[in-house]
Amino acid sequence: MYDTPASGKTAVTHEVKIAARKVNVFYGDTHAIKDVDVEIEDKTVTAFIGPSGCGKSTFLRCLNRMNDTIDICRVEGLIALDGEDIYAPSIDPVQLRAKVGMVFQKPNPFPKSIYENVAYGPKIHGMARTRAELDEIVERALRRGAIWDEVKDRLQEPGTGLSGGQQQRLCIARAVATEPEVLLMDEPCSALDPIATAQVEELIDELREQYSVVIVTHSMQQAARVSQKTAFFHLGNLVEFGETGQIFTNPHDPRTESYITGRIG
Amino acid sequence: MTDQTSSGSFDWTAPEFAARLNKRKRSQIALKLAGLAAITIAFGMLFLLVASLISTGRHAFTQTFVQIEVFLDPAHIDSNDPARGNYRQVLTDTMVKLFPDVADDRAELRRLTTILSNGAQFSIRDSVVADPALIGQTVAVRVPVSDPYDQLNKGLIDRETPEANRRLKDDEIANFDLLKELGMVSKPLNRWLITNADSRFPELAGLKGAIIGSFYALMTCFLLAFPIGIGAAIYLEEFAPKSRVSDLIEININNLAAVPSVVFGLLALAVFLGWFGMPRSAPFVGGMTLALMTLPTIIIATRAALKAVPPSIREAALGVGASKHQVVFGHVLPLAMPGILTGTIIGLAQALGETAPLLLIGMNAFITSAPATPFDSSTALPTQIFIWADSPERGFVSRTSAAILVLLTFLIFMNAIAIFLRNKFERKW
Repeated sequence: MYDTPASGKTAVTHEVKIAARKVNVFYGDTHAIKDVDVEIEDKTVTAFIGPSGCGKSTFLRCLNRMNDTIDICRVEGLIALDGEDIYAPSIDPVQLRAKVGMVFQKPNPFPKSIYENVAYGPKIHGMARTRAELDEIVERALRRGAIWDEVKDRLQEPGTGLSGGQQQRLCIARAVATEPEVLLMDEPCSALDPIATAQVEELIDELREQYSVVIVTHSMQQAARVSQKTAFFHLGNLVEFGETGQIFTNPHDPRTESYITGRIG
Repeated sequence: MTDQTSSGSFDWTAPEFAARLNKRKRSQIALKLAGLAAITIAFGMLFLLVASLISTGRHAFTQTFVQIEVFLDPAHIDSNDPARGNYRQVLTDTMVKLFPDVADDRAELRRLTTILSNGAQFSIRDSVVADPALIGQTVAVRVPVSDPYDQLNKGLIDRETPEANRRLKDDEIANFDLLKELGMVSKPLNRWLITNADSRFPELAGLKGAIIGSFYALMTCFLLAFPIGIGAAIYLEEFAPKSRVSDLIEININNLAAVPSVVFGLLALAVFLGWFGMPRSAPFVGGMTLALMTLPTIIIATRAALKAVPPSIREAALGVGASKHQVVFGHVLPLAMPGILTGTIIGLAQALGETAPLLLIGMNAFITSAPATPFDSSTALPTQIFIWADSPERGFVSRTSAAILVLLTFLIFMNAIAIFLRNKFERKW
């Protein structure tokens, strides 16, 4: 069921998972996102890059309505997941967030056991009827988070006792446990050392087979390594959006070129 | 103020520089000394307070007793109605046996019997009523001596004072000394300080009523203020939209915490006693009054504890699709609980020591039995201290200090629990 706005001239194909049209975000009087149009494809890693304060994280948080929790934040325009407006009154933001999982900048496991961390989402959504089913979901999620082998013998130990990189992979496992369709990652490696970063990047590449992944990153190398599509944000505008290779080798916009060559940012 | 030489490099060995360095060192030492002095003064005051309390209060932790052989004369006690016997006469007869030479002089005899506490006849009556078979027998009983003799035995009455200025005359002291020589006087630990309720006679007065009254009042206060306070704080912190109204409420709550407690007492007097006609002097009403006072403290502590839970935990829970309610009750509240409990216990400790509001609702009444329910008349620890401090009998001086020590013990105990909880559950993020 497609619910594209107006004329239908912006044809939404099956490939497109999330379509944003004329999205504007305001924090009080601050105009944080200006008229952003973007199409995020399924089974693709899309990277949002740009200098600090350019609005890339703000835009990412619009995609699962995390900005709803901020009183002064106002979102205008249309964001459609599978053609359905996620800001429509009929959409429950809580259910939406189960479908659009999120991984945060700083690893933030719950101060509970590793098992409980992963099981929490499936539990509150009633995804498992028995303990055995839940165990299965937890194992599957931890395997997808590429951390199963490291924690399978200590599932009852606190998640906060893991190393930073393990914590972040645990958070990814927690996010995929609710079987989301899209995975949003807000600078998932900025608090990690290079080895942990490499592990998470490898994991992101594997996740692409099943999910549509959107990653915000400060590191252009990381964007180049993990993404197929790249969007460059500057001062609240989406300056350029295209194939990662093209953005990094042959940017159309002079601002993009300035940024990736290190002159602004 | 850089002192640069022409070459542009700084001369670290210049005399002005050395002088400045010394000045800086001196001011640092002065700051350190000032801090030390402040702490010394603070601790000195505290030490003085506790030392003076202990030095006067310690006398109340023992009580002088005299061991006497009482013949429960059937002539004075009717076995059909033992409660109405003439126990005073029974005790007088006992004293006559001990001091046969004063038997004829009624005035002397009366003075002699004042050695025994006025309450002695009642405690003997109680044991006879409990077991009427005792009538006609001679029983050995240990009865408290009256306050002046208790003071004498504890060395609080100076025997060197001229007789005219002394509470006890020479012959009275001689009588008591005789009893002492006979080995009939003992000075055991005064557990009656805790197990007796209030009395007009200091040697019999205890804190049982006050402790139970305070306990009922605090329980009422806790049961009311804790859920209401947490509920209000959760709503204000997590759900209330930020608007002028919520700002106004916030300011008012902060102001309420600063309102003098006597005002809450007046409010309780007007509303609880005046309008609702609740019983006077009842710990339940006292607890409600204290709850009014403790509520802002708990709300502020709870909000601070909720605020201290890092936003990353909320985001994590929201991110996997938890609803606001699930986030608050599943994650934020459990993490904030140690802080909430600490704030609550400190608020309750404050309430335990609060006197003014309880005075206004009549919890300073003279009540000689412990309350059986929270709705019975009772005193509380601070009001009991107030009553005793106001009593003229010498024995209440030490009992007042002793009661303060008991109250302080409870306060220290509660604060220790608060510190323990804080340390045990403190979380590093």
